[in-house]
Order: sequence, then structure tokens, then C-alpha cells
Amino acid sequence: MDIDVKKIANLSRIRLTDNEAKELAPQLSSIMGYIDKLSEVNTDGVPPTAHPHDVAMPQRADVVTNADRRDALQQPAPRTESGLYVVPKVIE
Amino acid sequence: MPFSTLTDIQAKLNAGETTAVQVAQTYLDRIATYNDDLNAFVHIDPKNVLAQAEASDAYRKEHGARPLEGLPIAVKDIFCTQNGPTRCCSNILEGFEAPYDAHVITRLREAGAVLVGKTNMDEFAMGSSSETSAFGGVQNPWNTDCIPGGSSGGSAAAVAAALTPAALGTDTGGSIRQPASLTGLVGLKPTYGRVSRRGIIAFASSLDQAGPMTRTVKDAALLTSIMSGHDAGDATSVADAPSFDWLAACEAKDMKGLRIGKPKEYFIDGMDEEVRTQVETALKKCQDLGAEIVDISLPHTEYAVAAYYVIAPSEASTNLSRYDAVRFGHRCDNPEDLEDMYARSRDEGFGSEVKRRILTGTFALSSGYYDAYYLKAQQVRTLISQDFKAAFEQVDIIATPTSPIPAFKSGEKTDDPLTMYLSDIFTIAVNLAGLPGLSQPCGFAQDLPVGLQWIAPAWQEDKILAAASAYESATDWHNQYPKGFGGES
Amino acid sequence: MSWEMVIGLEVHCQINTKTKAFCGCSTEFGAEPNSQTCPVCLGMPGQLPVLNDVAAKKTILTGLAINANINLESKFDRKNYFYPDLPKGYQISQFAVPVVEGGYIDIPTPDGEKRLGVTRIHMEEDAGKSMHEGLDAVSHIDLNRSGIPLMEIVSEPDMRSADEAIAYLKQLHQIIKFLGVSGADMEKGQFRCDANVSVRRKGEPFGTRTEMKNMNSFRFIKQAIEFEALRQIEILEDGGEVKQESRLWDSVKNESRSMRSKEEAHDYRYFPEPDLPPLRVTQEEVDAIKASMPELPNQLRKRFETEFGLSAYDADVLTQTQSLAQWYEALVAAHPANPKQCANWLANELLGRLKELNKDITESPISAKGLASLLDRIADNTISGKIAKDVLDAMMESGKDVDVIIEEKGLKQVSDTGAIDAMIQEVLDANPGQVEAYKGGQDRLFGFFVGQVMKASKGKANPAMVNQRLKELLG
Repeated sequence: MDIDVKKIANLSRIRLTDNEAKELAPQLSSIMGYIDKLSEVNTDGVPPTAHPHDVAMPQRADVVTNADRRDALQQPAPRTESGLYVVPKVIE
Repeated sequence: MPFSTLTDIQAKLNAGETTAVQVAQTYLDRIATYNDDLNAFVHIDPKNVLAQAEASDAYRKEHGARPLEGLPIAVKDIFCTQNGPTRCCSNILEGFEAPYDAHVITRLREAGAVLVGKTNMDEFAMGSSSETSAFGGVQNPWNTDCIPGGSSGGSAAAVAAALTPAALGTDTGGSIRQPASLTGLVGLKPTYGRVSRRGIIAFASSLDQAGPMTRTVKDAALLTSIMSGHDAGDATSVADAPSFDWLAACEAKDMKGLRIGKPKEYFIDGMDEEVRTQVETALKKCQDLGAEIVDISLPHTEYAVAAYYVIAPSEASTNLSRYDAVRFGHRCDNPEDLEDMYARSRDEGFGSEVKRRILTGTFALSSGYYDAYYLKAQQVRTLISQDFKAAFEQVDIIATPTSPIPAFKSGEKTDDPLTMYLSDIFTIAVNLAGLPGLSQPCGFAQDLPVGLQWIAPAWQEDKILAAASAYESATDWHNQYPKGFGGES
Repeated sequence: MSWEMVIGLEVHCQINTKTKAFCGCSTEFGAEPNSQTCPVCLGMPGQLPVLNDVAAKKTILTGLAINANINLESKFDRKNYFYPDLPKGYQISQFAVPVVEGGYIDIPTPDGEKRLGVTRIHMEEDAGKSMHEGLDAVSHIDLNRSGIPLMEIVSEPDMRSADEAIAYLKQLHQIIKFLGVSGADMEKGQFRCDANVSVRRKGEPFGTRTEMKNMNSFRFIKQAIEFEALRQIEILEDGGEVKQESRLWDSVKNESRSMRSKEEAHDYRYFPEPDLPPLRVTQEEVDAIKASMPELPNQLRKRFETEFGLSAYDADVLTQTQSLAQWYEALVAAHPANPKQCANWLANELLGRLKELNKDITESPISAKGLASLLDRIADNTISGKIAKDVLDAMMESGKDVDVIIEEKGLKQVSDTGAIDAMIQEVLDANPGQVEAYKGGQDRLFGFFVGQVMKASKGKANPAMVNQRLKELLG
């Protein structure tokens, strides 16, 4: 199978050098080739399983439980300024 | 002392024969002596460990003992823990300290446990050999040329070499059971939804489940009894999960009337013949204990690995999108622009196996491929669950080998991702079906431990604990330990 | 053949919950940057979403109000894309099975009522805010908004003019306000609109559409749609092709421009959110939500016309907001004798005065009971309608009771025959020439005498009695 590794890498926001792409392409092809095994299975009318158990979603009450912990939560941030996260300019 | 179980240590603490501080010091000393040989721990803060132990001794004095009072427990680096690094053994989490504890960690702390440190693992739990860690691979105490299995390989090696009496692992496709098998331990993956996933760094959300890695079945039950229970902060934590007395379930001494299913798809050509022999022997032992062995079939087993390698990477690819260098984690130097920041930070931060999985998952979900891969895999997942449901109409429990092979040499499979993936062939279906599974030692192949896997219907861990306890009480495999780690003296 | 616009609208409406969709952070507007964030809405490792139960209820209520079907089982999915104000790298949204499907809204058009389809309403979480202005090489990210629950209300491509689009939006906005499911304050971004615009020759299949993103004023939306349609027509008439793309409306330059960041083909890789099992509601729960539904603007308008005999215009004015309609009903309840008079006084007098003060009805210094007692005083001839307007001014200013003001200012209407006769006599005595002329047959001088008497009474004399007595005394 031909996989456009560069396109997938771009969607994943992972830079790949040409060499890395060259190395990864056959690996991904071999993995996807193995996965193609799935096409042997007749799944007509079989419902998909997204969650292991058939349970309903629990919900929470609409009550404020979080206090302002900005300083602690921003401690791991690469760059902040006056409480704002700073990133290279976003172009809209 | 070093190769003691949690239960042994608890008895000594309760009898006043030792203190939490003494116990903690013993293991800290052992870690200092042996960790360099194994690379099992990636973070140890002895001061903090001793402070917890002191607090535990004080608590015991004042209020009496809680269920895990003073018991040392090591924690896989995938659990968020406050006051120290949580890295998931990845460079992308360089410098990260979680400002919160995982729910399970909170439960352990509240039960009086002393958390001894963070253990090594495959980066983001993606691997079966613990070789993809940013901190370097882990050595198997039984043969340090070999891998200890993965992804919870650090926890496995640490318990196997008695650097801690017990450890926490997580299991997405076998990451507790397979390393437990490869290092001669008990490893339990509870039913999906039994243990809260909150604060455990996500790999594949619909498959991940945390569990214990211990020397005995009873220790596994003891830890799980504390780890499990509903958490309103995890929508997949099941509120009215059937429960039972975890320790009482371990009292079984025989298997009278137990119908054990032996699925033919788990005894296949290509598996290690010594492993096969050991597991067959174990099943004979079960017969001796009163069980009936029933040949069964789980016909979609051969598709489990393929379905898993669609579902797990797909979920992982988006779970790992949050590592974007904005709010935490590694950011590359001098990004030219936003896209450069994303692409370069993630390139530098993620190791090659993680990248491989992100790319696989992104591809499987991408437009034009979703139906052929993701949807198809979900349908196959349904069929795999249905196989188990049908089987459990015939039998009470299923027994299989945990891994088709014993521990392999470090570096042996790193160049061939697909072969590595196939080493999870016997553990993956259990995650896809959300069932409980346990591995326990049942002999040796090439002088390396072999594991016996038990699988039960959802929420029936008690059946597994009873069978495994009966087997354990009739055998001596759990009392074996690797040489060279001070157990001989 | 003439061109026709085809417009479909996507409205993002913040649901007015106290806390965010999936965590216990406050949704209060205007807080310090990032002070209303937590590990969940920051997308920190291992953190998990748990749905706010009010968000689902309010979305269902909205669905019921637009006559839609409620899916008793709906699902959440992940919509994957990278953006610095999207912490997890995906937005939790409902893609495959939304909670609400298939409703409609009726709008008035010059050709009568038109029914516009609503395809679906789904729940999702809002993103944070990126700020670029005044910054050189960087952007600033505030995640207070990240995770606030949104309803996305998606229409069918049923509108054929900017006016229809605006009528739909206004109607929807009003319904949402009535339901109390959103602040819907457009300036605060609580009600934002994307418009899908294409043009075609009448009768031909749909043309290629462009998406005008993130507009938050009815005026801009109308301008943007009209601009965009013209832009497309020009391209097509020049033999060109419309490019499917996202565009941004620049309300300063009055033009749209292509969004560069959205240029790259999107592949959102939707798939079921593994952290959230399906959302299930029972028919009983839906019925209970339905039972709690307030009267909607259309129903109210019709009732005001039939029950109170109001004109369509007055009914429309008085049903603009729920609080205004309630105020009117309270006024009628306190002064039941004349609902039309109530409507006039509320719509013309009180609202006019409030408008000058830049206030809305909820901020009125006068209660419905207060205005009713003013109307009572007109009805029982204590004051005239003209004096009543002055009394209303005084009430607005001082907040005092009607009767207190009448008493203090001595505005009480004079209905005492003796007093009125005395005033008339004074006027007649002071104007002997006019009396003579009147008696000589100049009837139109009667109005002059009435005016003089009213002036002498400072407007307080009961005009009807003045008329009657004058006639008698002038013989």
C-alpha cells in the first residue's frame, strides 16, 4: 500500500525529514498490510463497538468546583506573559 | 525480607516487628544497589519516600492502620503524581510535574501506602519490551540480556528483583500481564471501568486500565480492592459495578466444579514449545485440583491484533495531540512560526515508536480510510466480544498462555515493529472485550518465567482470583526469584 | 436569468450554564485571563471530561422549541485539528448522532410565512481566545472560554436572501432568549454565526459555497452575505469559478477575505469520543423538559392579539423579550379594565422614557403595579391623561407613588362644581368682549373659554365638567 507519509505527518503535526519519511513508509505499509487482514472478516450488519460496556454517560451537576489555580497550572508552560500563554503568531 | 509479599510486610508492621520507615529504607537501599543493573526506576526521591513512611508510622500510632498502611508501592511513570516528575518516559514531557494526583494515587495515599518512585516503561506505554523509553530500556532480572516485557517493564523488573514488593501498571493490550508473565509475577488487568483512568496519561482510552503487579494473587487482590471503585470524574468508570470481598476471593484451595475453557486459538503453531508444555502442565494441575478442562474456540482471535493496531493507534493519535508545546511539555528552540513550533517540538519530543503509532492512527482515521479501517476494526471488536460471550455460556473461566514466548533479547525486535506487535497476540483480545485478565507464574522456559493467563466475564475478577489462588496454593512458582539480587543470602 | 442566493446558517450559541461543558470551571464573562481554567479544560495529561447535566437539558429544550426530534441516544465525537486555543488538539462535539435533529422555524416574509428547516442542533465545547492585536511576532492565548458549552444550530440551505437569513436569526435569537438557554449576547460572542453562501441561476443546482466565519452582529451578517453573493456573481459572470473556502468578514473595510489558516484542506478525523459513553435520555425526561417550556414569542403574539385585542404591531413590540411580555401581563392584571390602554402606555410612554435612559424594562424604576395605579387615576378622573404624563415623569425621577406625587404637586383634578363655576366666572368676567361676541353667534369662541379655564386651573380642572358648566353658564 502506498501511504502519503508526508501528508499524514503534516496532519499529525510531526516534522519528518525526507530520510525519516523514507524509513517510515515501508514500516507503515507493512503494518497497514497486516491490518488489511480485517477485510477477510464478514462484518455485514455487525454494530461497531466504541465502548467496551453498554453503559450510559453519567453527568455532573452544574456547580462550580474549581478555584483559580492559574499560577500552579501555568508552572509547566513553556512561555507565559501576564497570565496568558504565548505562542508564535497565529495567522488567520 | 526483600522478597516478601505485601501481606507479609503488613503482618510484620501490624505485629510491631518493623516500621514503615524501616521497610522503606530497606527498599531504598535495594534500589540504590540494584537499579543501575535494571533501570527499573526513572525517578526516586528518598527524602520524600521516608517522609511518607514517617507520616504512615505516625498515623498508625494515632489512628491505627489503614488497609495499605506503610506498604511500599512503586508507580509506573504513566500515573500523574504531585511533587515530582511525571514523564510517561517521553521527552515531550520534559520537566513536567503534574499539579494533581491520579485518582488511583489519591486512593493509595488515603489507604496509607508509601509511594516509592516512578518506574520505567515504554514511551506512552507503546511497546511490549520497555525499550522505547526516553530513559533507556529495562533489564529483566531473570536475565539482564533480556527485556522484561512491556509496557510496564519497569514495574515488572522492580517487583521481580524485589526493589519494591508491589507496583502499579497499566494495560492497554497486555502491558501488565505480558511483563508479569515475562518476569514471573502476578499481574491483574481489571474489567474496563473498574479502576478510574483519571490522572493516568491516556494511551488508548477505550482499552486502558490500571492494575497491580505483585508476587502473589492475594497481594494483587489487596491492591485492586483499593484501586477500584467508582470515580465520578471518569465517565467510563462504572457506577454500579458488581463487587465482592476481594481478599475472601483468594481463599480458594481447589477448583472443584470449575469449568475452564481452553481456546484452541491460543495454542498455536509458532508459539514456544516449552511455553506450551508449561501451560498444558498447569492445566493438568488444575484438573488435579478438580477443574474440568473444556476445549473451546474463540474464532476471531486471529483478527484481534489487527483490530487493536487500528483502534489503539487511532485513539492514541488524538490523545497525543495535546502535547502541542503550548501549555506544558517540550517546546523547540526558536520556532519560526506556529507550524514550525508544533512540528519541530513534536518531532523532538516523541520517540520513533510513538511517531509510528500516531501516524498509523492518523492514517486509519483520515478521510477515505475511516470505514475500511476504524469502523471495520470496531465491528471486529464486536465479534471478538461476542466470541467471549458465547464461550462463557460453556465455561466459567478461560485459561491461556499469557505470551507465546518467554522474554526475548534486548534489541531483538526493535527493527521490526510488526513482529513486536505480534508478541501481544494472547493479551489483546481481553482489552478489546473489556474483560478482566490475570497472569500468574506457571513455570519456566529456557530458564525464563512463563505466565498462565486467566480470563473471566466482565466484573467477575473473583472467579479469576479464586482459580489463581487455588493454583498458587498448589504450586511453588510464586516463591521463585531471580538470582543476583540478594535473595540468596 | 436572474441570480438567486442560497444561504445556510450555522449558529454557535453559548449555553448559559454556571460551569463549563466538561469541568467545574466558572463560565463568568470577563474574568482575568486563564483564571477560569483547570487541568480538564487545559487538556492536561490524564484529564477526563464529565458532561454538565444542564447543557444537555437546555439543548433538548431548544430542540423542542423548534419542533425537532430528540434523539434518546446521542453520541459525542472528537473533531481533530491543531490550534493554540484548542487545548486537547480536538474539540468534543456531536458529529454522527446529535441530540436534536430535524426542526423548523417560521419567518414572516413579504409573501407570507416561510418555513425554514433546521437540520440539527448538537452540543460541543467552545475554544479559547487567541489575541493578536498589538502583538508583533506572537499571539496570546486565554483559555477561560475553552470548554464553555455550545449548541451549534445548523439550518438547511433554505434562505434565499439576506433578509430571510436575518429574519431567521432574529427569530432564533428571540426563541433562545425566551427559553433562557443562553445569554445570547452577541457582543460577548454568545451568539455567533457562520453563513454558507452560494449563488445560482434560478432553477439550477446549488453552486459552490463559501463559508463566512464567526460574525456576531445582524448588520454585519447582512452586509457579509450581500457582499459575498455579489462577489460570487461577479466571478461567475466573468466566467470564473467560486473557490470553496472559509472567509472572514472585515467589518471595518466592509469586505470579506480568504482565511489563510483554513486554506489547507481539513481532515477532522471525526471518531467516537472514547472518554464519553453515549448520552441517553428517557422519553419521560424529554416530556418533563417539554412541560417546563415557556410560551414562545409566536404563541404569545397570537394570544396578545386575541386575548387583549392588540394590534399585530403592538403585540410584536410587547413580545420582543420575555420580561417585557411578562411586564405587560402584570400591568394588565393590575389594571384589567383597558388592556389596549395598558399597551399604549407601556409601549409608547414607558418604553420611550426608558430608551432615553438607555435602560430596558427589567431596569425600569416603575413597577407594573405603579404604572397600573397611574392608569387607575386616569380612569377614576383623579388626573387627566395629559397630567398623567407629567406624573409619569415625576415617578420615573423620584420613584414615588402616584398618589404621593399627585398630592405633593397638587395635581388632583378639580371636579367640584362650585370651584369650577368660580373659575369660569372669573374667566367670563375678565373677557366681557368675547362673551358678547359668543352670545352674538361666534360659537367657535367656546374653545377659547375652555382653554382659559383649563389654564386658570393649571390643567387640573376636569375637562368634561368644564365643558358642561361653561355651556350652562354661557346660557
